Amino acid sequence: MQIPAQFDYVRASTIEDALALLDRHGPESRVVAGGHSLLPMMKLRLARPEWLIDINDLYELDFILPEATQLRIGALTRHSTLLESADVARLFPIVIDAERVIADPIVRNRGTVGGSLCQADPAEDLATVCDVLRAQAVVRGPGGERILTMDEFHKGPYETAVAQNELLVEIRFPIRPRAGSAYEKVERRVGDWAVVAAGAAVNLAEDGSVDDVAIGLTAVGLDGTIAEAEAVLRGRRPSEELFEEAGRLAALASMPVADQRGPVDYKRHLADELTRRVLRRACARALETQTTTTQEG
Amino acid sequence: MTITEAHAPNPAAGDADRPIGYGRIQRKEDPRFVRGKGHYVDDIVLPGMLHGAILRSPVAHARLVSIDTTRALAHPGVVAVITGQDLLGLKLAWAPTLSADVQAVLVTDKVRFQGQEVAFVIAEDRYAARDALELIDVDYDVLPPVIDARHALDPGAPVIRDDIEGRTDNHIFDWEAGNAAETDAVFASAEVIVKQEIVYPRSHPAPMETCGAVADFEPIEGALTLYETSQAPHAHRTLFAIVSGIPEHKIRIVSPDIGGGFGNKVGIYPGYILAVVGSIVTGRPVKWVEDRSENLMSTSFARDYIMQGEIAATKDGKILALRTNVLADHGAFNATAQPSKYPAGFFHIFTGSYDLQAAHCKVTGVYTNKAPGGVAYACSFRVTEAVLLVERMVDMLARKLEMDPAELRLKNLIKPEQFPYKNKTGWEYDSGNYERALRLSMEIAGYDDLRREQKEKRARGELMGIGVSFFTETVGAGPRKHMDIVGLGMADGAELRIHPTGKAVVRISVQSQGQGHETTFAQIVAEEIGIPPEDIDVVHGDTDQTPFGLGTYGSRSTPVSGAAVALVARKVREKAKFIAAAMLETRPEDLEWEKGRWFVKGDPSVGKTMAEIAMGAHGTVALPEGIDGNLDAEVTYDPPNLTFPFGAYICVVDVDPGTGHVKVRRFIAVDDCGTRINPMIIEGQVHGGLTDGVGMALMQFIGFDEAGNNLGGSFMDYLIPTSMEVPNWETGFTVTPSPHHPIGAKGVGESATVGSPPAILNAVVDAISPLGVTHMDMPCTPARVWAAMQGRATPPI
Repeated sequence: MQIPAQFDYVRASTIEDALALLDRHGPESRVVAGGHSLLPMMKLRLARPEWLIDINDLYELDFILPEATQLRIGALTRHSTLLESADVARLFPIVIDAERVIADPIVRNRGTVGGSLCQADPAEDLATVCDVLRAQAVVRGPGGERILTMDEFHKGPYETAVAQNELLVEIRFPIRPRAGSAYEKVERRVGDWAVVAAGAAVNLAEDGSVDDVAIGLTAVGLDGTIAEAEAVLRGRRPSEELFEEAGRLAALASMPVADQRGPVDYKRHLADELTRRVLRRACARALETQTTTTQEG
Repeated sequence: MTITEAHAPNPAAGDADRPIGYGRIQRKEDPRFVRGKGHYVDDIVLPGMLHGAILRSPVAHARLVSIDTTRALAHPGVVAVITGQDLLGLKLAWAPTLSADVQAVLVTDKVRFQGQEVAFVIAEDRYAARDALELIDVDYDVLPPVIDARHALDPGAPVIRDDIEGRTDNHIFDWEAGNAAETDAVFASAEVIVKQEIVYPRSHPAPMETCGAVADFEPIEGALTLYETSQAPHAHRTLFAIVSGIPEHKIRIVSPDIGGGFGNKVGIYPGYILAVVGSIVTGRPVKWVEDRSENLMSTSFARDYIMQGEIAATKDGKILALRTNVLADHGAFNATAQPSKYPAGFFHIFTGSYDLQAAHCKVTGVYTNKAPGGVAYACSFRVTEAVLLVERMVDMLARKLEMDPAELRLKNLIKPEQFPYKNKTGWEYDSGNYERALRLSMEIAGYDDLRREQKEKRARGELMGIGVSFFTETVGAGPRKHMDIVGLGMADGAELRIHPTGKAVVRISVQSQGQGHETTFAQIVAEEIGIPPEDIDVVHGDTDQTPFGLGTYGSRSTPVSGAAVALVARKVREKAKFIAAAMLETRPEDLEWEKGRWFVKGDPSVGKTMAEIAMGAHGTVALPEGIDGNLDAEVTYDPPNLTFPFGAYICVVDVDPGTGHVKVRRFIAVDDCGTRINPMIIEGQVHGGLTDGVGMALMQFIGFDEAGNNLGGSFMDYLIPTSMEVPNWETGFTVTPSPHHPIGAKGVGESATVGSPPAILNAVVDAISPLGVTHMDMPCTPARVWAAMQGRATPPI
């Protein structure tokens, strides 16, 4: 049994209560939701918070709300809830692709969307998903709410724009027409962190050309999406040649480091290979939505 | 659910619903396990019990300059802190290993691997003990470590074991088997020779339950009760008596339920000794249970063999000879657990299942600055390494000869009429019908169809691989004149007692870690004397309750203890005949046996059941001369030979050409372990071993960086396969009884672990062979497979 250092524990009853507790206990307090990143780190004594503020009673943060122009997801939504949502599957198949390969069912039953994003592990899958879906993060603090783009939200490995006395409360995915998205990950074993993963989201124009595209890579040292690879596709009809060129540029842009999961050349190769795969699948999915829309029209 | 219901008919069973004897019955021990009522070492709580925690070295090789325990002792709840200096005073700083070496219990002079035991804190609770570890100030003078075994014998390499008088290098032993000159002669004139370095990387058994102990020393009687995670309680008691000086009759070792062993719980670890010392020093019981990282970093690892293999054959595919030089990394202390005369275990069965003209192996053991161990993880004393070597070499030969690998094996397997077969390194294989097993596995697999499918896929650029392996195991050590562990002959005892009402208790010396002994051994007794298995209690794991014997490892429980149990039951049955004769007022020779009952020849209606005989034995029946008033017996079984289970495995994999990711699509396992006592338990053991094989072949690896940092010290880095990585196992079996075993049974616990890694590896290499790949070493992680596909395969160490 691995034993954490001593800490105190308190259970928050509302968002306001959680914010007040964060304020009262200061920088040595940490919010715990699913606990699947924080608790192992505490057991290994890599994290030593003095206070754990448990937000699992904040049911008001556990929701999936489809609206006309956006899908709103509460920060306390469990991974398994997201994975089972028909709205999410219909609008953002990339989320289902990613959730299927995030850890294992036991972790997904407890782990939360907000917890994953705030942990900001460089190999975190949802970060890439949010990047390419151009999500917004809603953060609440003593002074009220702020809405951040993912660029603003991410500050680097294990760091976000959420201040010590703030709480991530919601993620919003904008709904766009003729959209398709996909995620693919290479892992050594189910439940392992990504060796490399890639995500892509595309919107086609009515003529079938790429109106907008976002490409992101997980675990290769990148912040945000890969503009140079995206530029290749924008305004042009999707084709195998363009996917190849985008893959090549994504690999060039990547900055992987060697570790037990693989050497640099392999990770760079995966950046290329997986970029091509997710673009192919995202475009195919966008075309399917387009066909459906046309038929309905 | 009652216990009786646990034996309800199993619809999947092909056998009788409730066999009184062999057959497919649910495990007697499972009702408590599935309800969370198992009782493990960490469940033991004694009055006044204290908790111990071990401070471990963060570095691999360093002089110990100083230890200051002042701050730790001042920590609330801390009762004592023990260092190596304290143990020197008690003459307990060093303990003998199972391989005639010594191992530091706590460091006194020099740290020799990362994770080595430096100090022991004893506190009122485990939190205080763990907190206090951070308050011990240790000053290390870091030395250059020896990490790569290939450089352990370099001139000028740091000498790790300078504690041993006169030692100037890191050499432990050279050991050889077979005939070098004969083998060289065959190679000199061979038409075809294939050479390959094959590395079996370091892995770890990682049992679900880590190691631990609760020591309770009673000072007035001078008696020690030690609850510990041990696969061999009796051997441990004798060793504790020798090491500690506590008389053996004052020591009781209890191994309660054990959550997996796989050879990880054979040796005596410093933690067990420290718990005992802690209890003696404090006068209170002391519990020590290691955490997962401690288990992975300090307890017995497995494998770490670098093997240079060479195989010789004729052009038309007759295999002639095999030879190998092996570099064996034993870590910082030589602590492998195996029969004393065999420092490389049973590796010399590397001739495998083939009829060879000559064979020779040489194994060199070296020290490195890594955790000690080597014989573990269901290896049957290094048969895993032997089978990987021969099965890779045969596969490579097939490729060189452009022959189908199954065809080449069929051509060279030892034939049924050659048994008992003497191989070229001194083994006598007891029985086998190898061709039948291989043909059955090919039939289940649909081998020819698979090869056709592979051809079509290759034409489309898809990478599908089919891997074959055939293994012969040697298990059930052993004849005691040849095999001992630190001088204790490898025999096992059994005691059987029939209570007056006809219920029974059988006491055995082997210790289950999940193998299902409480069911299997009850079934053996049931088969022999006709009492239902649910009426037979199996007692094990407590030295005060059971006869002496060497314990469970190397798949020896059924071959050795199973034989003891069958023989003790026969002894009771024979005694019952005399009592029945007295009860029936007839002569014993006029009685005939049917399962559960002696009756008068020619008049089956006149007879006595075992229950009636038991009541008679304990009752008032006038007993014949020389028969005492009970129905008990006792035997110790010394096996005349080992048993040689075998099997034919076929694996189908798909490799993603773009990522190198391997998917095991199918796995066909045909096992022959002789007489099958409980087919469901056998299948369960095979399923587990095959899963282990997927782990070894695809992901498990304890690596080190240049400084000697262990890179596999948690389940984040040391990967265990899940249900997602394994296919739906397809098992089959043949039955070739062992001619020398009382019931014809052979061991099976390690067969799948021994046989499956080469099948998977052969399949992966087969899949990527269109890219010109002829060999790669495990683990076949995506990155390593991809590197091999680029022509850049590298050994893992």
